[in-house]
Amino acid sequence: MDLKSLTIDGARSAVQRRETTALALAEAHYARIQQEDGQIGAFLTLSKERALEQADRIDRMAAEGKTLPPLGGVPVGIKDVMSTRGVRTTAGSKILENYIPPYDCTAVARMEAAGAMVLGKMNCDEFAMGSSNENSAYHPVRNPSDLSRVPGGSSGGSAAAVAAAMAVAALGSDTGGSIRQPASFCGVVGLMPTYGRVSRYGLIAFASSLDRIGPLTKTVKDAAIVLRTIAGRDPMDSTSAGVPVDDYVAELDKPVRGMKLGVAKEYFGDGLDEEVRQAVQAAIDKLKGLGCEIVPVSLPHTPYAIPTYYLIATAEASSNLARYDGVRYSHRARGVKTLSEMYRRSRDEGFGAEVKRRILLGTYALSAGYYDAYYLKAQRVRTLLTRDFDEAFRKVDAIVTPTSPTAAFRLGERSNDPLAMYLADIYTVTADLAGIPGISVPCGETREKLPIGLQILGKHFEEATILRLAQAYEQASQ
Amino acid sequence: MKVTDKDVAYVAELANLELTEEERAGMLRDLNSILQYVERLSELDTSNVPAMAQVSDRYRVDDSKQGNERFASTIREDVLEGLRKSLPHREALANAPDADEEFFRVPKVIER
Repeated sequence: MDLKSLTIDGARSAVQRRETTALALAEAHYARIQQEDGQIGAFLTLSKERALEQADRIDRMAAEGKTLPPLGGVPVGIKDVMSTRGVRTTAGSKILENYIPPYDCTAVARMEAAGAMVLGKMNCDEFAMGSSNENSAYHPVRNPSDLSRVPGGSSGGSAAAVAAAMAVAALGSDTGGSIRQPASFCGVVGLMPTYGRVSRYGLIAFASSLDRIGPLTKTVKDAAIVLRTIAGRDPMDSTSAGVPVDDYVAELDKPVRGMKLGVAKEYFGDGLDEEVRQAVQAAIDKLKGLGCEIVPVSLPHTPYAIPTYYLIATAEASSNLARYDGVRYSHRARGVKTLSEMYRRSRDEGFGAEVKRRILLGTYALSAGYYDAYYLKAQRVRTLLTRDFDEAFRKVDAIVTPTSPTAAFRLGERSNDPLAMYLADIYTVTADLAGIPGISVPCGETREKLPIGLQILGKHFEEATILRLAQAYEQASQ
Repeated sequence: MKVTDKDVAYVAELANLELTEEERAGMLRDLNSILQYVERLSELDTSNVPAMAQVSDRYRVDDSKQGNERFASTIREDVLEGLRKSLPHREALANAPDADEEFFRVPKVIER
């Protein structure tokens, strides 16, 4: 079986028709992980026992002639910021090196209830803080398209595993671009749903007003299948929305003719790589050829998005990460004499440089005397950024942009300059701040054969619209 | 506004981080560079702009209603609907670096 082209429906129907078994699919993927992952580094922990138990369940269903659930027998990876009962969950951090969650993340539980086999936990930047996966406390992930380059981040392991066919699909999380940017760098599809669309219960918190879970997949249809599986109200997350879940798969094939697509000049300015610009422009032309109307829109506050994001995200992170104190779980320093020394030394030893940097920045932004100037100011600008989108979406159904200003950069290229690294998220953070959904779909390659991503942004809870456009583009570009 | 070494030390203390001399110097440089970049927000007049604390405000509030009714979609009955039971004691202690059968164990609590 060709694992590279294996999709969710392909895997499920092959198991259903008994052309293969879930066990064989799981083992084929583990064999590929064994063969490939030594050089890529996408997995942090394998959960073989759990995957094979699920395989057995699915194979028995297939043998009994029962209809398999939508992800029946589909091998998936889970970003290591999502809790998995009994399976080590590190968030890419040394501070959680030995943490075994006592419960499952809702999104993971829903994937498994729909038949998915969880192969293992995917590498990521520590606490999802990073744009290159170089901030993992364990090891970096390398881009399957070019091993000297980063896979993007923070869901770098999830994106690389899908790109290298070590998993059919993966879950990632997006706080500032962490699903869409690595999807773009690795040449896969990455969907960030509307804030509140997918429960965050069991997702290790980074910035709670921004964090979202979503799929990384080989095709747009697969992203729609996963979203349909994980979306919907969860009593365990009071911010999860009661908004009805659309049948994203059924909506995919509706026509895109006559849809209005916004193009904002703010996403095509300085810093955009010329090859990326050309590829995205060609994609826009293709959508126009499919009958979409291209409408210029303005999102004037875009230049303020990165500073706004880094104040809000770090402030929330400094608060969320206060829980790692070495008492109930997480690393505890040895040989400490007092409680206060234990807190400080445990955190010093457990957190990496970028996490400390963000905790300090966030604490500073929240501290007496600076709260109004930094944190509150950023929250007000967040309103302005969101109003930009409200205004634009009065005129258009979706907005198309590049996902990232460049294709994948080299390992080490930006790791000594935090600000340069932050700018990798310049086209993605706006959607995180506004709470709207966004998808990255592959739109060609650079001359060096590095993947490029087209980003499509939609209105709150209109994932069906951006999925439909992404699929129309995907089919037209094949 | 320029961050000083003293500020870094103060903020590190608030955040329960100790940091080596070397780390502190690096953080000083990075914080100043990031905060200088962030300064551009002051170009915007936001005196009449409300703060946005969370996205849920945007789709969960019904402004045509009064008082608590505005948040009707977020209110639930005060019952255990969907909420799982508390963790068994043993499981809750299982990840602790140090615990006995009953409690988390920590070093003596003494003011620095």
